[in-house]
Amino acid sequence: MAKIATREAYGKALAEFGGDERIVVLDADLSKSTKTDTFKKVYPERHINMGIAEGNMMAVAAGLATTGKVVFASSFAVFAAERACEQIRNSICYPKLNVKIGATHAGISVGEDGASHQCVEDLAIMRSLPNMVVMSPCDAQETRFAIKAAIEHEGPVYLRLGRLGVEELYTEDQKFELGKGIVLCDNGNDATIVATGLMVQEAVKAAELLKAKGINVKVVDIHTIKPIDKDLLAECAKATGTIVTVEEHNIIGGLGGAVCEALAETCPCYVKRIGLNDTFGTSGKPAELLEKFGLTAEKIAEATEAAVARK
Amino acid sequence: MNEQKLLELKKKAGLIRRYSIEAIAAAKSGHPGGSLSIADILSVLFFDEMKVDPKNPKWADRDRFVLSKGHCAPAYYAALALKGFFPEEDLKTLRQTESYLEGHPSMKSVPGVDMSTGSLGQGISCAVGMALAGKLDKKDYRVYTILGDGELEEGQVWEASMCAAHYKLDNLTAFVDLNGLQIDGATKDVMNSAPVTDKFAAFGWNVIAVDGHDIEAIRKAVDDAKATEGKPTVIVANTIKGKGVSFMEGNYAWHGNAPDAEQTKTALEEIDAVIAGLEG
Repeated sequence: MAKIATREAYGKALAEFGGDERIVVLDADLSKSTKTDTFKKVYPERHINMGIAEGNMMAVAAGLATTGKVVFASSFAVFAAERACEQIRNSICYPKLNVKIGATHAGISVGEDGASHQCVEDLAIMRSLPNMVVMSPCDAQETRFAIKAAIEHEGPVYLRLGRLGVEELYTEDQKFELGKGIVLCDNGNDATIVATGLMVQEAVKAAELLKAKGINVKVVDIHTIKPIDKDLLAECAKATGTIVTVEEHNIIGGLGGAVCEALAETCPCYVKRIGLNDTFGTSGKPAELLEKFGLTAEKIAEATEAAVARK
Repeated sequence: MNEQKLLELKKKAGLIRRYSIEAIAAAKSGHPGGSLSIADILSVLFFDEMKVDPKNPKWADRDRFVLSKGHCAPAYYAALALKGFFPEEDLKTLRQTESYLEGHPSMKSVPGVDMSTGSLGQGISCAVGMALAGKLDKKDYRVYTILGDGELEEGQVWEASMCAAHYKLDNLTAFVDLNGLQIDGATKDVMNSAPVTDKFAAFGWNVIAVDGHDIEAIRKAVDDAKATEGKPTVIVANTIKGKGVSFMEGNYAWHGNAPDAEQTKTALEEIDAVIAGLEG
């Protein structure tokens, strides 16, 4: 099956749902990379290039939203979530305006462009903003669901999207609800692997590797980092007693942090966080980088095995 | 402008100054200097220019106003209250815990506020967004914003200025409250943004310089802005920080300090004398 990047799915979903005339798409001179040019081809009058000025773009998006527009503001995650962080906070989140941030090129799988362009802190930063919803879909279909949910949700949404083509996990008939995790695999109660973004596919593969070794785990796709599905996480923690989180993000403050916070108050248990160990990425081929930083099915399986052995 | 209208606008400006000082004194915090310097601009906008409806603050076709220099909320709130958006007596609750009158403008809590501001440089971008929406929707509302001259040091102001000219937003009019002072001192000493008019002209704006305390001059500049096609207009308003209160005028120490009881009494006496003079 052809691999599709979530950024591709983002552009397509914008074009698909673009018949809603409230939708306006802003980009900061990266339309071909963020794939908002797919929307532009269909609705050129509602695609507005803001040039290389992300701070201005976010506040312009806010101004547009005050008039009833549903605004998608797009750039690379590092420039959206970080360069324009304070504009997102003060002009979008504080007045709870209907702006959706389409942040592509998240994580180290950006590849050759290197650390300057590999955003590994955005989940932590964005989920700490009041009024912000944070989503991190894993494949094209889930991205489509996420865009639809973002349009239906009244208020700011941060959408974490990737550059790298990824395998498809979901079909159109998958049930999807903002804020509700998806149990993808339920082999048993030895542990639960909780993953987000393109790590979900790796987690599913890790479950298969573990099964061959007689270790039976659940795999949960947390596509909505905020609000996080506390009930499902508590249920899994109660059933399995051990949680492994996997994300293409710093282990500080992202999915792992959010899971720990949720479980600390509901069902405390051992949590092993897999991600970037408080370090920046580097240049290289995406697959080699994922290997280098331990973000593969094999490494997830190893870590899960070790976590289970602690029991 | 007829004499009666001019008197009315001067009186409203006087009341904006009075209410600003009263509210800041009651809060024991706030920004009097810049609130006093924009009173005449607000008077023209709210009482002679903008189409707004206090009974329907979110009216889709209304003219928009963004106070990019959000710290001058006391003057903005005074104008809104005088216009009838909320009771004038509420102004004295400014900055208090249970009040809806946030220290900086909040569109979520204050009727009539079109955009939450306070972080400098962002309001002009929001105004650009509103003006773009007006163009997209082919509506004829206009968008007004007021910037501080210290605020011009924020790079985002120039990103927004480039964008407004690029998209030919002739429905956007920005004022620069050129009072020459910011918290740390004179703007020319802290970070010189002069020549302001040349900079905006270079960015492709229609530029008009006026005496920011001359109601008729402001009125005429707004008319010129409305008549200008294909580019946004900036009205560079030469003002005096603290205008109307002798001991505050031209003194940067009054950027963000509240007057004490004695100072408040003196300030209000001076402002009231001007208002009384207008009533003849």
